[in-house]
Amino acid sequence: MPEPLLKVKNLKKYFPIRGGLFSREIARVHAVDDVSFDLMAGETLGLVGESGCGKSTTGRSILRLIEPTSGEVSFQGQNVTTLDKRSLRGLRKEMQIIFQDPYASLNPRMTVGSIIGEALVIHRLAPTRRQREERVVQLLETVGLSSDHLRRYPHEFSGGQRQRIGIARALAVSPKLIIADEPVSALDVSIQAQIINLLEDLQAKFGLTYLFIAHDLSVVEHISTRVAVMYLGKIVEIAPAKELYTSPKHPYTEALLSAVPIPDPTMRRKRILLEGDVPSPINPPSGCRFHTRCALRVPSCSENEQVLKEVSAGHWVACQVRTGVATK
Amino acid sequence: MTERLLDVKGLKTYFYTDEGIVRAVDGVDLYINKGETLGVVGESGSGKSVTALSVMRLIPQPPGRIVEGTIVYDGKKLLELPPAQMRKIRGKEISMIFQEPMTSLNPVFTVGEQIAEAIRLHEGLGRRDAMAKAVEMLKLVHIPNAERRVKEYPHQLSGGMRQRVMIGMALSCSPNLLIADEPTTALDVTIQAQILELLNELKAKLGMAIMLITHDMGVIAETAQRVVVMYGAQIVEEAPVTELFKEPLHPYTQGLLRSIPRIDLAATRKQKLEAIPGTVPTLRGDVKPGCRFAPRCAFAKPMCTENTPPLKEIRPGHKVACVLY
Repeated sequence: MPEPLLKVKNLKKYFPIRGGLFSREIARVHAVDDVSFDLMAGETLGLVGESGCGKSTTGRSILRLIEPTSGEVSFQGQNVTTLDKRSLRGLRKEMQIIFQDPYASLNPRMTVGSIIGEALVIHRLAPTRRQREERVVQLLETVGLSSDHLRRYPHEFSGGQRQRIGIARALAVSPKLIIADEPVSALDVSIQAQIINLLEDLQAKFGLTYLFIAHDLSVVEHISTRVAVMYLGKIVEIAPAKELYTSPKHPYTEALLSAVPIPDPTMRRKRILLEGDVPSPINPPSGCRFHTRCALRVPSCSENEQVLKEVSAGHWVACQVRTGVATK
Repeated sequence: MTERLLDVKGLKTYFYTDEGIVRAVDGVDLYINKGETLGVVGESGSGKSVTALSVMRLIPQPPGRIVEGTIVYDGKKLLELPPAQMRKIRGKEISMIFQEPMTSLNPVFTVGEQIAEAIRLHEGLGRRDAMAKAVEMLKLVHIPNAERRVKEYPHQLSGGMRQRVMIGMALSCSPNLLIADEPTTALDVTIQAQILELLNELKAKLGMAIMLITHDMGVIAETAQRVVVMYGAQIVEEAPVTELFKEPLHPYTQGLLRSIPRIDLAATRKQKLEAIPGTVPTLRGDVKPGCRFAPRCAFAKPMCTENTPPLKEIRPGHKVACVLY
């Protein structure tokens, strides 16, 4: 069995809420609460869930763009969580991120050439100005832009083109892993497909590994090899993409999938409507976090913390009812 | 025979900005029958929201102006009505809900006060009766503990709850037409399912017509009876919903349907998405003659860039604006 490229173990991120006298910590947002998964080289792991489930925080904690509260992240066998600043910078050459908002993630005062070239300077990847420019042009062409765009500013581009610039910037340092945080959700439908196709082409060309974070279940299904579903800071189910979508096991995954509107008016499905809203991550429900909205719950669901159990090869579910542990 | 509730003809709404004229809506014809749901689908900047705001006469003026066209609602020419009469229609006979339930509610009033305001204004009820009606509306949109919630402020409610409040407010005077502008875009998918279910249920119960604006083909498929597809400030196709999805005629509609990943086909073999090349056109300044989709169209011929193709009825109820037909 080959070593995974990225190993995430018991990752936790709690955000303190301060208030009262002397800004004491009065509560904690349990944004990511004990998340573990492996990512094999060359695969795409989709991370889905609704807003506030902790999927973006997971992505950012892996890169240490925000410092995780506890847990271990190792990349190619090297522990990322204990690295000092200097070694971390070296590692960032291997792990890159693409952001959701192509309007906010590009510096409006920099030309496209210097946005993409900046990383080349920092990591000393192109010693001369000429080499740098050559590399930037090459990157622009890789993402479907051209050398004409080199000296232009971000505001001169459409949303889809800006996302291409963001991708070129991530590719500049030839990373192995790219964390794509909602890379297409801000784009128009007809442009989304262009970017998804581009990401797939780049993966085939450079052997990239993706952690693809998104709330759009159809997009995730399309691009991912495996998919993990998050709910209130925890992974509730993780499985090969096809299996997760055709035979979901966790009641939350089922409800989530049944809620997606299908672009076919002749199809009438039975929809599982969840009641109420997602509870607050400040004070998450005890036991299984989904038990407050779950149709399958048994009394012990509010007591027992749920752990992921393998139900078939590579298919893990955190539900004691579905995995047959609980008795009525 | 179905009765026309709203009839929009030749609508042109332009915005006069420092950078030139923006032709946000450029010759739109559409109608809505009593009790039906018309889906309006299109990408950002296609003119769907401005069409809706024009019907409500809520275009900020200046810079915007309705330069041409007629809007007939229930026999009344809306564009010719004096403002006082338009106010009687707006919110009472035609009401609207928006994408962002946070910004469309006033943060300094309780949700009860905000619902009651419209009821007092249009129905002439007293304060106490209006409040009682507000509670009733919250119950109608399935908000639990309505008596308590009615005294809460918007920030105390979740996104889904706020959209329910907006719907309750919009329906408080039993309108004949509800315009819903991307009502679920800001919501999570499970909450979206709740809201769409609610809209369908209320439509069946109250018999109003709905104009549902969205960019999501899935939402259209599940709610609309008839659909108009907008591109570049114009309507490129109009059809009954099943026919549109089964036999889309306009190359843009075809491309749009092929470019979306399909969760329902997860079991079958994976195929590459067919993206539409190019970008959505800008409508600022001088617009070139011809079909707006021609620069991105695989079937474009020289004649496509000469004249704008008119919307032609190919089959009963199925219209398309393309030279191929």
